[in-house]
Amino acid sequence: MSHDMTPNLVLVVVIGVLVAVGVYLLLERSLSRVLIGIILIGNGVNLSFLVAGGAAGGAPIVGTTPIDEMSDPLPQAMVLTAIVITLGMTAFLLALAYRSWQLHRHDEVQDDVEDHRIARLAALDEPSFADVDTLDTTTDLEREAAEARDETQAIPVGPAGRRAGPA
Amino acid sequence: MSDLSWLVPLPVVLPLTGAGLALALWRHARAQRVITLVALSLSLVASCLLLVQADAGPLTVDVGGWSAPVGISLVADRLSALMLAISSAVTLCVLVYSLAQGVADGDIETPVAIYHPSYLVLAAGIAIAFLAGDLFNLYVGFEVLLAASYVLITLTGTAERIRSGTIYIVVALLSSVIFLFAIGLAYSATGTVNMAQLALRLPEINPGVALALQLLLLLAFGIKAAIFPLSAWLPDSYPTAPAPVTAVFAGLLTKVGVYAIIRTQTLLFPGGRADDLLMWAALATMVVGVLGAVAQNDIKRLLSFTLVSHIGFMIFGIALSSEAGMAAAIFYVVHHITVQTTLFLVAGLLERRGGTTSLDQLGGLAKIAPFLAVLFFVPAMNLAGIPPFSGFLGKVGLLQAGAAVGTPLAYTLIAGGVVTSLLTLYALIKAWNKAFWQSAPAPVPARHLPRGMVGSAAALAVLGVSLTVVAGPLYSYTERAAHDLHGRTVYIEAVLPAGGRGSGISDDVATTDAGEVTP
Repeated sequence: MSHDMTPNLVLVVVIGVLVAVGVYLLLERSLSRVLIGIILIGNGVNLSFLVAGGAAGGAPIVGTTPIDEMSDPLPQAMVLTAIVITLGMTAFLLALAYRSWQLHRHDEVQDDVEDHRIARLAALDEPSFADVDTLDTTTDLEREAAEARDETQAIPVGPAGRRAGPA
Repeated sequence: MSDLSWLVPLPVVLPLTGAGLALALWRHARAQRVITLVALSLSLVASCLLLVQADAGPLTVDVGGWSAPVGISLVADRLSALMLAISSAVTLCVLVYSLAQGVADGDIETPVAIYHPSYLVLAAGIAIAFLAGDLFNLYVGFEVLLAASYVLITLTGTAERIRSGTIYIVVALLSSVIFLFAIGLAYSATGTVNMAQLALRLPEINPGVALALQLLLLLAFGIKAAIFPLSAWLPDSYPTAPAPVTAVFAGLLTKVGVYAIIRTQTLLFPGGRADDLLMWAALATMVVGVLGAVAQNDIKRLLSFTLVSHIGFMIFGIALSSEAGMAAAIFYVVHHITVQTTLFLVAGLLERRGGTTSLDQLGGLAKIAPFLAVLFFVPAMNLAGIPPFSGFLGKVGLLQAGAAVGTPLAYTLIAGGVVTSLLTLYALIKAWNKAFWQSAPAPVPARHLPRGMVGSAAALAVLGVSLTVVAGPLYSYTERAAHDLHGRTVYIEAVLPAGGRGSGISDDVATTDAGEVTP
């Protein structure tokens, strides 16, 4: 690198604080706090591109600044793209939080209902699904046996007064 | 083959143009449908041509004439072209399905006007991700497809979709931020984000920093690909979306994550330092996923869990770090895209016919809809890996590659893979049995299934089965692709030919040396 590549300590600390606060907010239930968390982390990460570009220099326009003193333009181009994307996503998340508020009068991130259902069944030690054809618990083995046709009744009784087949 | 390199941007440009047109014509539902159909058909044709051309060598385009390490490069090598072709075919089939569904629902005049533009943007985003030659455009591709997917998953904004969409979006945003952070770090460490140049420079930097980058990228892609323990969001999010949306998400979105893992692991981080970690992750993904599937009684959720579970097979192939493993993994990706999409489409048909996807309430459909029973049975068996289907061939390839590596961990994974296959078979047979075979708890109302929906689902099922028929050529294609990925030089040479620069016009600016700008 033609110029100083030592990272800027202030920027690094700011990135650390932004990301840390963002992660904390991301763990909240309320979607608007999650949204603020995402914005903070996003800004922290965007700042990391400034660090990636090295020390600040002159405007990277050929003819105005000697090439050795230019800032690195590539991370700036990338961070600009990333900012636009973050902005779009923030807007969408905001709309989502509003819709959630419209529907439920709160914007809390809700749990998966189905997971709850299966967890409850597991706690009760019940099967997670029902088998319709075998669900009828009243037909236990004995009753079923009583209802079934007994083939041995049809076998003729032998001369010794005993059944011909095995008992 | 650079004379045909104008084909490379087409799978991106066509859907994006179509999306713009469709958005402009939002009042004209019929025009929207025609535009979407034409754009996706053309990009399928372009992808198929690319598939043929890329077999002779990678095609590259330096966008805007800026030569490679500085400018944006799009690369279609064998892997990219194969993924593009199969994803174009799947998006087109799903589109026909959704058109037929729209027509059947009678909303010809009043569709959700945003559906077609979002769908096209999704297709374009997938294509960008497959073609991107640098990490930042891979990120942009991800964001484009994710933005479209956010719209599609919360379509019409019902309470249930908002609930599950919220989790999906927050998780996806988090993974994007991690990915972006990794890109920033990669640029700080190496002074480039071009993947070919990164491949040359990463061995020169501190190996600890390289490992940190590798793990950060794996973390970001692991969330997108739904690898356990980063997969909990998926079975909750997918089932609530409309059937065609779920189908295309299940088939393609996680596979874009898998593709990104394949690309970065082979090109940027050869030598397999994360292999043991990936193997454990693959084992956990397979087993935990399929155990989840066994417990479900909703067919869409069951399929979502099998989707997670079978991602594990692909990660297993990648983690083997051998050509055979990679070839089998790529084959498995292709197979899984078609089969999983088909199953979700059929689940949509099932929901339409039976009125629900709950296995407790379905039943006896084999008698009243025998074709549907077959249509579910064939891809289900394909997914479970019953011979002679392509799922079986892919799994055998993976198990053989695992046995060739022969470490105790690899054998553990082989055992895990076999158990997973059996449990998949159990879960799917259970689902088939309950939905089609055993008697219904309540009479099923007679509902007509639109021919277009059944037809497109059947076409995809046939595509899945035909992968078995063309398995020989396809497998040798994936073997060649794996050979390229393993060798790395083909890709690097294509992007940065002799002199370390792409074919653009910016010769006076670009240099070969570490981020330095020569006067």
